[in-house]
Amino acid sequence: MKRLVVGAHYGLRDWLAQRVTAAIMAVYTLILAAVLLKGSFTYGAWKDLFAQGWMRVATLLFAASLAWHAWVGVRDILMDYVKPDGLRFALQVLVLLMLASYLGWAVQILFR
Amino acid sequence: MASASAKKIRPKYLSLPALLFEIRLPVPGWVSILHRISGALLFFPFVAWVLYLLDTSLASEQGFDYVRNRYFALPLVKLGVLVFIWAYCHHLCAGIRFLFLDLDIGGDLKTARLTSWIVIAAGLALTAVFGARLW
Repeated sequence: MKRLVVGAHYGLRDWLAQRVTAAIMAVYTLILAAVLLKGSFTYGAWKDLFAQGWMRVATLLFAASLAWHAWVGVRDILMDYVKPDGLRFALQVLVLLMLASYLGWAVQILFR
Repeated sequence: MASASAKKIRPKYLSLPALLFEIRLPVPGWVSILHRISGALLFFPFVAWVLYLLDTSLASEQGFDYVRNRYFALPLVKLGVLVFIWAYCHHLCAGIRFLFLDLDIGGDLKTARLTSWIVIAAGLALTAVFGARLW
C-alpha cells in the first residue's frame, strides 16, 4: 500500500474537521441556550426535552463532534509538549479510550 | 572589540519567574493560550463532570432535585461550575474569532487586538450572566 506520510497537506482533513465540528457544536449551544432560557427549569421539562427525538439526535451529533474535535485538539497539545515518543503514544491512546468512554456514556444517557 | 551583546550569557534558560514575569504575551497571545488551556480543561475533567450531571439529573426526579438543590449548593461545586462556564464561553468566543481569522477577516494588528479584548470580555461577561443563575 502506498501511503503519504509526509507532505504539506496531510493535516488538512483534521484542520477542516476541527472547524466543521466546532460549527456544529456552536449551533447546538445556541439552540440549547435558547431552549433553557425560554422554558421553566423543572424535572418534567428537563426530561421531556431529552425525550424528544430531535434533541436526542442533536445531542448525539454534538457528542460525536466533541469527540472528534477534542481528539484533534488534545493530540495537538500532546504533540507540542510531550516529547518522548513512548509517553506521547501512551497518552494519545489514553485520550482515545477516554473519548470512546465519554461517547458510550453519552449514548447510554440519551437512549436508556 | 566585543560588543555588549556578545557578553550576554548564552544560552539563556527560561526560569519559571522569567516565563511568568519577563515574557509579556500580547493580548492575542493571551486569547490563544487561554483557548488552549480552556480546551484542555473542557476535555478533562469537565466532559466527564457534565456527563455525570446529565446522567444524574435525567435518571430520576430525586437525582434532579439532588443536583439542583443540594449538589449545586456546595461552594466548591459552584466554583467548579463557574470555571466550566468560563472555559466553555471563552473557548467558544475565541474559536469564533479564529474562524474569522481563517477567512482572513480581522488579521491586521489593530483589529486583532480589539477582537482579542472583546473575546476576553465576552467570556467573562457570559460567565457572569450564566453564573448568576447559580445563586
